[in-house]
Amino acid sequence: MNRYAWIALALLGLLAPFVVYPVFMMKLLCFGLFAAAFNLLLGYTGLLSFGHAAFFGGAAYVTGHLVKNVGLTPEVGVLAGTVFAGLLGWAVGSLAIRRQGIYFAMVTLALAQIVYFVALKLPFTGGEDGLQGIPRGLLFGFIDLNRVAMVGGNPLPLSLYYFIFALFCLGFWVIHRAIHSPFGQVLKAIRENEARAISLGYKVERFKLMAFVLSSALAGLAGSMKCLVFQLASLTDVNWHTSGEVVLMTLLGGVGTVLGPPAGAFTVVTLQSKLTMVGPWITVIIGGIFVVCVLLFRRGFIGELGRLLRRPL
Amino acid sequence: MGMSVQTVLSQVMLGLNNGVFYAILSLGLAVIFGLLNIVNFVHGALYMLGAYVALLGFTMLGPLLGKPDFHLNYWAALIVAPLVVGALGVLIEKTMLRRLRKFDHLYGLLLTFGLALIIQGVFTNYFNVSGDAYDGKPESLSGVVDLGFMLFPKYRVWVIGSSLAVCFGTWFVIERTKLGSYLRAGTENPELVKAFGINVPLMITLTYGFGVGLAAFAGVLAAPIYSVSPVMGSEMIITVFAVVVIGGMGSIMGSILTGLLLGMVEGFTKVVYAPASSTVIFLIMVVVLLVKPAGLFGKEA
Repeated sequence: MNRYAWIALALLGLLAPFVVYPVFMMKLLCFGLFAAAFNLLLGYTGLLSFGHAAFFGGAAYVTGHLVKNVGLTPEVGVLAGTVFAGLLGWAVGSLAIRRQGIYFAMVTLALAQIVYFVALKLPFTGGEDGLQGIPRGLLFGFIDLNRVAMVGGNPLPLSLYYFIFALFCLGFWVIHRAIHSPFGQVLKAIRENEARAISLGYKVERFKLMAFVLSSALAGLAGSMKCLVFQLASLTDVNWHTSGEVVLMTLLGGVGTVLGPPAGAFTVVTLQSKLTMVGPWITVIIGGIFVVCVLLFRRGFIGELGRLLRRPL
Repeated sequence: MGMSVQTVLSQVMLGLNNGVFYAILSLGLAVIFGLLNIVNFVHGALYMLGAYVALLGFTMLGPLLGKPDFHLNYWAALIVAPLVVGALGVLIEKTMLRRLRKFDHLYGLLLTFGLALIIQGVFTNYFNVSGDAYDGKPESLSGVVDLGFMLFPKYRVWVIGSSLAVCFGTWFVIERTKLGSYLRAGTENPELVKAFGINVPLMITLTYGFGVGLAAFAGVLAAPIYSVSPVMGSEMIITVFAVVVIGGMGSIMGSILTGLLLGMVEGFTKVVYAPASSTVIFLIMVVVLLVKPAGLFGKEA
C-alpha cells in the first residue's frame, strides 16, 4: 500500500457521509475497526479468540452507563470503555494463553459467556432490554454530537460522523503501527513458529498477552463507538453470535491482511442491511458464507486480490 | 442452615441428570477430537436436531406419510435419530471436513461453526424459539420411583441409567476391544495404521458419524425433559466446551467423569447459591486454568 492509496482511502472516508447514509457508514466504521482489532490476534499472532464480543459489548455497556447515568462527556466515556475492555482483555488473555490452539478458542468463548451472564444480571445493564436512549452529549463539553448540518436539504449528523471517523482512523493507525513495528514482527514470528520464537529468547507469553490486550482494547473502542452511534448497548453486543460474526468478517476479507477485515466487515454489514427482508434466514446465509469461505477461499477476497497483484494488502 | 440433606441430595440427583448430558456430549467431542483433531462446533446443533427428529417423528411424520395415526414412538426415535444424524455426519465428513484435513485445525472449528449457524437458523425459521413440548414419553417411564431419600421421576432414572450405559459402553469399546485399539492407534499415528492395511479414512468417517450420533441420542433423551427448541444446542455446547476445557479431551473416561461431576456441582450450587448455578462451571474452568492449565485429565492439544 503506497501513500497515495492511503490518501485516497482517507478522502473516501471524509466524503462518504455526503454519498452514503451516514449512520450506515458509521456502522461500517465501527465493525471495520472491530474486525481489524480482531485480526491483530488471529491474523498476526495466530490466536483465534471466540469471545471478542465480550470486549466489544462490555465497552459499549461501560460507555453507555457512564454517559447516560453518570453524565460524563462522550470522549471520556469512550476512553473509559476502551480502558475497561483492555483490562478485561488482560484478565481473559492471562487465562486463555495458558492453553494452545483449539483450547484457546474454547476458553475465550467460555469466558465471554461469563461476561454475557454478568451483563444479563447486573442492575445497570437493563437486562433483556439493554441500555437504551444513551445521549451522545457534548464532545469535550462544547461540540454537540447531535447537531445536524443541512446539506442539499438533507440533515447530516456530520459532527458525530467525523468524531467516529477520527476514532476509526486512530484505532486503525495504532493497529497499522503495531503490525509494522518490531513488536509486530515478533507476533508474526510466534504465528509462524512458536517454538523457534521461544528458542530465540522471546517471552512468547508476554507478547501474546500484549497482543491480546491491545486487540481487546481496540475492540472495546469499536464497541464504545457503536454505543454512541446507535445510542444503545444490548445483549446482542456481548452474545457469542457477535463473536462469530467478527471471525467471519475477518475470514471473508482476508486473515492477516491490513485491509481485509474492514472490507469483510463492510461486506457482512451491507449484506445484513440489504437482506433485512429475508428475516431470520440471515443466520443461515451467514453460516453458508462461513462454510463456503472455509472450504473454497481461506485467504479471503482481499487476500486473493493481494495474491493476484503480488503484493500484501 | 435451612438446608436439609434431602434438598442437597435431590438437587445433586437433578444435577447428575444434567451431568449425563454433559458426559455424552463431551465424550462425543473427545472421540471426534481424538481422530479428526477438530473441535466439533456443530455438536450442539446436532444434539438439537436429534431432539427434533423425535419431536417431528412423533407429531408430523404420520400426517406427512398420509397416515395421521402414525407416530414414531420414543423407543424408535432413540434408534432412528442417531442413525439420521449419524448419516448427516458421514455426509458432512465426506464432503467437507475431509477437505480440511491438511490445513490448520482452526478451520475445522470455523467450518463446523458455520454449519451450526445454518442448522440452528433453519430451525429458528420454522419453530418457536421458546420451545415445544414432546408428548411422546412412553407410559412405562412415567411416574416416580422411591429412592429412599426422595421420590425421583422414573424417566430421569432411565435417562441417567441409559446414558451411563452408553458412556461406559463407548469407553469399553474404545479402550478394551480390538476395534478400539485401531481407533487409538489411528489417533497416535494414522500413517502407520494405514500401512497396516486399515482403511483409516473410512474409520475417520464412521467415527465422526458415531460421535454425532451420540449427540442425537442425547437429544432424544432430552426431548421429554426440556422443551425442544432451536437454541437448546447452542446453550448446551458452550457449557460443554467449558467441561471439555476442564477435563481435557485426551481421555475418554476423563471426559465422562468430568461431565458427571460438573453436573452434580452445578446441581449442588443451585441449593447453596442459585444465581451462580449458570456460571459455576465457567468459574471452575477459570480455577482449573489457574491451577492445572492442562486440564484435569489433560494432554495438551
